[in-house]
Amino acid sequence: MTAVAEQAPTYDCRADFADELAALARADERIVAVCNDSVGSSNLMAFREEFPDRLVNVGIAEQDMVGVAAGLANAGFIPFVSAAAPFLTGRALEQIKADIAYTHRHVVLCGQSPGMAYGELGPTHHSIEDLSWLRAVPGLGIVVPADPAETRAAVRWAAASGTPTYLRIPRFKVPAVTPSDTAFTIGRATCLTDGTDVTVIAVGTMVSRAMEAAKLLADEGISARVLNMASVEPLDTEAVVAAAQETGGIVTAEEGLLSGGLGAAVARVVAEQCPVPFRMLGVPAFAPTGSTAFLLEHFGLTAQGIAAAARRTLGRA
Amino acid sequence: MTATLEAAAPLRADGPAADAYRRRNARLRAASPDEAAAELAQISTAVRRDILTTIQAAGMGHVGGDLSVTDLLVTALWGALRVEPADPGAPLRDRFVLSKGHCAAALYSTLASCGFFPRERLTGFMAPLSPLNGHPARLKVPGVETNTGPLGHGFPVATGCALGARIRGEDWRTLVVLGDGEMQEGSNWEAAMTAAHYGLSNLTAVVDRNRLQQGARTEDTKTLEPLNEKWASFGWEVRVIDGHDHRAIKQAYAPSTTGRPVAVIANTVKGKGVSFMEDRVEWHHKVPTDEQVALALRELGR
Ligand SMILES: Cc1ncc(C[n+]2csc(CCOP(=O)(O)OP(=O)(O)O)c2C)c(N)n1
Repeated sequence: MTAVAEQAPTYDCRADFADELAALARADERIVAVCNDSVGSSNLMAFREEFPDRLVNVGIAEQDMVGVAAGLANAGFIPFVSAAAPFLTGRALEQIKADIAYTHRHVVLCGQSPGMAYGELGPTHHSIEDLSWLRAVPGLGIVVPADPAETRAAVRWAAASGTPTYLRIPRFKVPAVTPSDTAFTIGRATCLTDGTDVTVIAVGTMVSRAMEAAKLLADEGISARVLNMASVEPLDTEAVVAAAQETGGIVTAEEGLLSGGLGAAVARVVAEQCPVPFRMLGVPAFAPTGSTAFLLEHFGLTAQGIAAAARRTLGRA
Repeated sequence: MTATLEAAAPLRADGPAADAYRRRNARLRAASPDEAAAELAQISTAVRRDILTTIQAAGMGHVGGDLSVTDLLVTALWGALRVEPADPGAPLRDRFVLSKGHCAAALYSTLASCGFFPRERLTGFMAPLSPLNGHPARLKVPGVETNTGPLGHGFPVATGCALGARIRGEDWRTLVVLGDGEMQEGSNWEAAMTAAHYGLSNLTAVVDRNRLQQGARTEDTKTLEPLNEKWASFGWEVRVIDGHDHRAIKQAYAPSTTGRPVAVIANTVKGKGVSFMEDRVEWHHKVPTDEQVALALRELGR
């Protein structure tokens, strides 16, 4: 038995989301929150306390929620729509398309508890399809922060962006991986660990696991680059091409469906511009029941799983 | 690992329990209204106890809504509908849909009481790989007609069931139980119009009117009142009852005589039966401690 490694503290990013939103609301009267009986699950109790008139709770009515947000944008507000990711994205998909993206409304759609954060509640409550669905909506920015600092930076960016955006806020606890003064730039990946043999491109809860995988690989003499692709749409194409050319192999990792998510976005660039050995890690089908940690393990979405995929990509399995 | 493998085993009818259900159900149908009500109340108490221990074992669940809907569920499956726990797919069975799918623990406990699957399996609620996940899944649990959990799905599906029976010329019925907060979903009002348009007198929609939703009271979140008039104006026959009075529930579940679909507005109490949970919003999905479960079971002592 080796000594237990010191555990880094981990964070539920909903708290940082809510805190940053309140800070923005203090500075800008146009910021409003819109939700669906989700004040508690979105961590908006303090926001409601401070800005009772600027929190609109439409009740259990997601299509209404997104439509109302579009109308508030029309009236000059900057709505942050906050709801459980599966219902916000799936239930209101056509509103997101027609009322927000095609209409180019500055509305920020905040998907709370995405991926398999609601593990035990089952596939109806898992949000593994959101990236696939929303990537199919032209003109919608898709941002998946990896930790508290990046969540705050993404909230600030989204408030100032003037464009429709989907923000995927992790609930499953993640360690801090970016500096506390991190800035978010749409369309830009950040390189968290440089390397020359293979690149792991990850988002959200998978980023810290990718960094751990890089450490495992380093112990075997494999130099892995880790890219945090927080901007899924638009994708940092240049970073993908450079990774392919400079490291010769790519692995993607996401807490989401393999069809149509981050991996699919990267695959398109790789296939068209820089074919190299390539592997996608994600969720292949409706998940069984179990805690988030159990399900991540079940689907190989772990540091070990990522390292194994990297080895296979290098032909060293 | 054995717990997980056990949790993963498929659910099948509990033969002896299903036989017992058939006999007791026949007696219940023949009993006087008062006798039947007393017996249904007894079953409800047993189901409430199972709900509490099931949630205790899982460490998760929606206890408030479970206890609110128990009498409506028990009366449906024991006192009103024709279901066959040993043969859950029998084509001419009555269809039961729990649209407020977060109250899966109440549904599972009731289904187990009927013998759809062994009662011991309730301890696997939400365990890794368990078929009893937090929201009912048709392919995993016998007796579940359709997957629910995202609110606003069960009622349109139930309307389709009723329409299907009508088109086939068959005389089985469909009964769907909705949350009152759930009535804020537009899809429900679309279904209400469809059912009335087709005059689906073989459909009963029951609203568990406990006046609470996830974060607050329904009327403080988004006004539902005047709820009865809304249903009536949508073309439904409306029956308003005390949703914990088994005799009244059984009566309200009687088929329509007006040719219109029937809406039962069941006035209920969230957390019913456990004094410290009753009408308290925080018990929507708070998990009781072991002591609180013990106290609750004492209150529910028979
Ligand atoms: C489409 C959708 N939006 C939000 C939720 C989250 N949610 C689960 S239960 C619940 C409250 C339901 O209230 P009600 O229907 O009154 O049920 P009850 O109070 O009887 O438990 C909410 C908002 C959900 N399950 N589905």
